[in-house]
Amino acid sequence: MRLANRPLRLAACAAVALLAAAVGCAPQDESPGGPGAAGQGKQSCDRGKLATVADGKLTVGTDKPAYAPWFQDDDPASGKGFESAVAYAVARQLGYGKGAVRWQTVPFANAFAPGQKKFDFDVNQISISPARKRAVAFSSGYYDVRQAVIALKGSRAAHAKSIADLRHLKLGAQVGSTSLDVVNDTVRPDQQPAVFQKNDLAKSALKNGQVDAVLTDLPTAFYITSAEVKDAEVVGQFAATGAGKEQFGLVLDKESRITGCVTAAVDALRKDGTLAALEKKWLTDAVSVPVLK
Amino acid sequence: MSKLLTARAGADDGYVPSQRRIERERFRRTRTRRATAVAALSTLVTAAVLYFVITRSPGWPRTRETFFSTEYAAKALPKVLEGLLLNLRLLVVCGAAVLVLGLLLAVARTLRGPVFFPLRALAAAYTDFFRGLPLIICLLMVVFGVPALRLQGVTTDPVLLGGSALVLTYSAYVAEVFRAGIESVHPSQRAAARSLGLSSGQALRFVVLPQAVRRVVPPLLNDLVSLQKDTGLVSIAGAVDAVYAAQIIAGKDFNFTPYVVAGLVFVALTIPMTRCTDWVTARMDRRRAQGGLV
Repeated sequence: MRLANRPLRLAACAAVALLAAAVGCAPQDESPGGPGAAGQGKQSCDRGKLATVADGKLTVGTDKPAYAPWFQDDDPASGKGFESAVAYAVARQLGYGKGAVRWQTVPFANAFAPGQKKFDFDVNQISISPARKRAVAFSSGYYDVRQAVIALKGSRAAHAKSIADLRHLKLGAQVGSTSLDVVNDTVRPDQQPAVFQKNDLAKSALKNGQVDAVLTDLPTAFYITSAEVKDAEVVGQFAATGAGKEQFGLVLDKESRITGCVTAAVDALRKDGTLAALEKKWLTDAVSVPVLK
Repeated sequence: MSKLLTARAGADDGYVPSQRRIERERFRRTRTRRATAVAALSTLVTAAVLYFVITRSPGWPRTRETFFSTEYAAKALPKVLEGLLLNLRLLVVCGAAVLVLGLLLAVARTLRGPVFFPLRALAAAYTDFFRGLPLIICLLMVVFGVPALRLQGVTTDPVLLGGSALVLTYSAYVAEVFRAGIESVHPSQRAAARSLGLSSGQALRFVVLPQAVRRVVPPLLNDLVSLQKDTGLVSIAGAVDAVYAAQIIAGKDFNFTPYVVAGLVFVALTIPMTRCTDWVTARMDRRRAQGGLV
């Protein structure tokens, strides 16, 4: 009989152990529906006193490598490059000086993975969309995006004058980008487009002739053709399509308490002309590029 | 056991189990029942605790929405299956090529005689190099490096190039598996074959290889399953396989459910493959044991 009791006792022990583990593992904070979930609540945007990840510091995330012209020399903390400058401008607006800004490397997928975030906001050319808003919170847009096509000079793709001309080409774009959406939804090519993990790989494929043309946002297209693949040119840009224009937004945790403050800061920067000035300083003017229809 | 005994008791051979035996059988039956009940209970408790822990965790609603959304699963499945076709095509073609090349390499490495030294050395160098080279680097070199040479008549198709990179790496692994099989065949087998008048090649072909191949079927399957998963790495050059199809949706809408769908599809593919090999192995074992074990 003593033997027979053992499995039961073992099961009981296991259950107790599991329960203990459960209690031990269960994070105590961010109870659903608690103060955090409400978004703004009574939290005010006192300068330099936001509920940030690290007290008194503003932690800003971006991927590595950080590409030009958004960041210069893969160094977000330099303040050089459009997004780096925008991040510091937003920080200043929120009451955080240059020394109070910490940079954190955040791979693209981690920016929207559920769970505690290691950043207050992430700046990584991420376009705002309703579907994405179900997973993360966005500030208001800090940049109006246009998509563009690049191709090797003199190639068939370089002579494209319209969207229809692109349809028969092998196109490439980066995964998770709105450029890929433009390929699939606007151009609708005959061949399945090539999808790349990074724009670097797309550039190699373009140089090798494995794709005829690559789609990126316009500033990236300018940078690629002027600095990286010099025998390529910007063929054209796409008009901002029907349902509202595409904008880059700062990504925040869905439960972040500072979303309202960050949005207010971005809005203020747009209103006082700071964003337009930064755009002029860091991004090439797009007027000369023909619009593909 | 007890069934057997009762059947025997029912047979008309005059056997009547003793009281003590019946007692013992009854005792065993109650023990079995009890063990089953305990196992069921403990499984239930474990399941309940796990369920409780997972669903009561504060992040569960977000996790369920992000990883187990039926809406996104429905959206992802057709595209994932479409991508899976690429994985399957690569698996079949590369799998066949890998087996052939791997076997050739293994044979080259186990050839005897000084005249074969260069062949042995080359095969050894090949397996050492490609077994050590990380697959992802091999893929990058072949997929982007070969077209950069701009050779006439050489394909730039990422699927073909990626497939060759897979074959290069995996044949090195498989060659080592085959070699282990060949070397596990006892030398007396070869000696016996040679003494029967078989040439060296015939001994290899009719005596050593059949035994060697049978012995390494399970590890070969392991490599095939591994290859099946790695076929997706071809997507580095832009081709869209099942996992990449999932990533495209996940990246667009910031939802991870498509990954879960792709993962399940791969698991569903691996299980029949494993059962099939189990069956093949069992059949081979039965054949080998024909005539009865002594």
